[in-house]
Amino acid sequence: MGEMTSGSGGSSIRVLEGSETGFATTRFDDLLNWAKKYSLFQYPFITACCAMEFMAMASPRFDMARFGAEAPRFSPRQSDLLWVVGTISQRQAPALRRIYEQMADPKWVFSFGTCASCGGFYDNYTTIAGIDKVIPVDVYVPGCPPRPEAVIDGLLLLQDKIARGDREPAIVKPRQDPAVVAGNLVRLGKKSTTET
Amino acid sequence: MSKLVLDILKSRFGDDVLETHSQFGDDTAVVNPAKWREIAQFLRDDPRCAMNMFVDITAVDWLGQRTPRFEVVLHVHSLDKAHRIRLKARVGDDEGNGAEIESVFPVWKGANWFERETFDMFGVVFTGHPDLRRILMYPEFKGHPLRKDYPAQKIQPLIELRDVPDRFGPFGADEGMSFGRQTHDYRRDEETN
Amino acid sequence: MEPLDRDLEEGLLELPSEPMMLNMGPSHPAMHGTVRIVLELSGEMIQKADVQIGYLHRGFEKMCERGTWSQIFPYVDRCNYVSPMLNNVGFALAVEKMLGVTVPERCQYYRVVLGELARLCDHMICSGAMCMELGAFTPFLYFARAREIIWDIFEEETGARVTHSFGRVGGMASPPSKFFKEMVRAGVPRVLEFINEGEKLLLKNRIFLDRLEGVGVMPKEDALALGWTGIVLRASGVPYDVRRAHPYLVYDRMEFDVPVGTTGDNYDRFMCRQEEIRQTARIIEQALDQMPDEGPINIDDPRIILPPKNEVYTTIEATIQHFKIVMEGIKVPAGECYSYTEAGNGELGFYLVSDGSGTPYRCRIRPPCFATTQGLQQLITGLMIPDVVPTFGSLNMIGGECDH
Repeated sequence: MGEMTSGSGGSSIRVLEGSETGFATTRFDDLLNWAKKYSLFQYPFITACCAMEFMAMASPRFDMARFGAEAPRFSPRQSDLLWVVGTISQRQAPALRRIYEQMADPKWVFSFGTCASCGGFYDNYTTIAGIDKVIPVDVYVPGCPPRPEAVIDGLLLLQDKIARGDREPAIVKPRQDPAVVAGNLVRLGKKSTTET
Repeated sequence: MSKLVLDILKSRFGDDVLETHSQFGDDTAVVNPAKWREIAQFLRDDPRCAMNMFVDITAVDWLGQRTPRFEVVLHVHSLDKAHRIRLKARVGDDEGNGAEIESVFPVWKGANWFERETFDMFGVVFTGHPDLRRILMYPEFKGHPLRKDYPAQKIQPLIELRDVPDRFGPFGADEGMSFGRQTHDYRRDEETN
Repeated sequence: MEPLDRDLEEGLLELPSEPMMLNMGPSHPAMHGTVRIVLELSGEMIQKADVQIGYLHRGFEKMCERGTWSQIFPYVDRCNYVSPMLNNVGFALAVEKMLGVTVPERCQYYRVVLGELARLCDHMICSGAMCMELGAFTPFLYFARAREIIWDIFEEETGARVTHSFGRVGGMASPPSKFFKEMVRAGVPRVLEFINEGEKLLLKNRIFLDRLEGVGVMPKEDALALGWTGIVLRASGVPYDVRRAHPYLVYDRMEFDVPVGTTGDNYDRFMCRQEEIRQTARIIEQALDQMPDEGPINIDDPRIILPPKNEVYTTIEATIQHFKIVMEGIKVPAGECYSYTEAGNGELGFYLVSDGSGTPYRCRIRPPCFATTQGLQQLITGLMIPDVVPTFGSLNMIGGECDH
């Protein structure tokens, strides 16, 4: 395993990897990560319509149990994966933060649905525009509600992330700042006229 | 729908029934707010009306269009006679002061949460309500969101929101469709989000 | 032996005690996610309960004022998200009442069938969730599997499993698919098989029956005064069903029974729900038999319904019609109207105020479970903590609807 570079934000936690730790501890880390990723105890923090797809994912057709993420533990002390399912309102945010803080490390946060990822189409006085304004998030799954296949895809991404030992919270890829795009276009226009 | 209930109301209360109409088939009576509970009691107790089922209480904000700004709207239904009525009363001035009306909780217990919601969203105070506090918004919220002068996007966070670097917020005021759609936000707050 | 403190009065010998406060929620597996109940306990008995909702308030009514009439359909879907089609139908009927139009017959049957399928989902999930919270996990899985069958039908028709946004003012978003009737006729008996299996597990179980019977009794007059409607009202003995009392769409042509309970306890609510599932299956069967196979789904009114897309690109009238409806919205005549239908939980009402433009002035949803949940305090006072779980579960409080 090579050196792990931290993300663009720069974090204060750096996981010792690869050549830094020595052979035996690397294998042990791999084993631990393998165990962690296939035995996620979830805390389903369920609020809204995405709960329907969460229930569908737990039900026999799109079985979540085959990925190891079956056992819901309705106590933050006993769980390591916080599923935030549904819209989080301003009123609910302190509860969410408290539950996140009560969970023991290592913990991961899975943002299920658009409302949890970015506020959805509820752009108003009462909705938090994405739970990453309250807690750090590892995987975002968009969809209103997302199909269970999409959520399983997200779960597998999370499992890969755990296997890598990556503790950096996910940064949403920034969309282009319109001013910058416009500036680039203007510059391109000038360049082509001067060239011809 | 028959106008029976409207006629009974008019004959009993006379001048206190300010207007009536039956637009789209719904019987409506606009009444004097001072007689609100009395009329409600009459509607429940009179055997010809027998409105035993409470349906809804809400309010409409007519800021800028009418001077008693809020219109408190009550819907009730009679199970045996199968008729409904909508009762309205106009209260409040442009600042939102004076928006008081009697609570109909003593008449129908179901008015409890509906009146709390109307108070929460509009600021209409129901006198005589046992427990008038906010129900949908958190107690620390200032203002009344469904009033027309509350900007829809003005948030009052309960806990400090994190600043996530490399992430842009939702559409700003100068992005997205700016034409063709009417909105009823009268005065938008400049500091959104 | 003589008492030690002979000269003390009896009252002073008791230890002063304050009631114990227990907080259930807002993140609680049995609170359907979004309700907080603050309990004052004496031992295990509840002396006082304060039910606090609003943790899922998403500003439905404020969002409605910021778009056009047709843009409300996705918001309305997410109110009662277990039976979204019923909300769509209810709202479409409300706007059509104000416009004074009636959709064609084929559309009315289509709405009835899709709505009843959604009602099936609602009842199944409510029963399933209540069983899961009581510890019976298997019936929940059976009902969830049965719901997948219905969701397959919805996916084929509308394109989405949960929040379809399929209703439109003046019709539906698209006509029924080619094998609609066959899919429904094949799916509903399979669903009923799952229901029977689940009931076999539950209804002979002594523990299940003990936890439901006699618990959470709501007398008839109180239920009426509180504004209860739907199954919870019928379980308390009032035979009021909007589909029977004020028939809308084509419900007056359907033959179905309205199950009414006797005592108004949890068991009656549960059984009413199960019985309604069977009546719903009957309605679906009759509607499918009576539904015409051909004919328009949308009304033929250029001010309300979007024109076909090929015409929009070729003719100028259709372009103008499309532009006006999308950009400015459907012009609903000024005034106000209250329209109600029987949703999964009871009487779902929409009080719409229009100022004549394409944007609603006020769109008020009258949620049935808002009225139902305000009765919860009365129901659980005097019960024990574990009784709160089936009582609350049998009321079918849907957070999105209750908090709009």
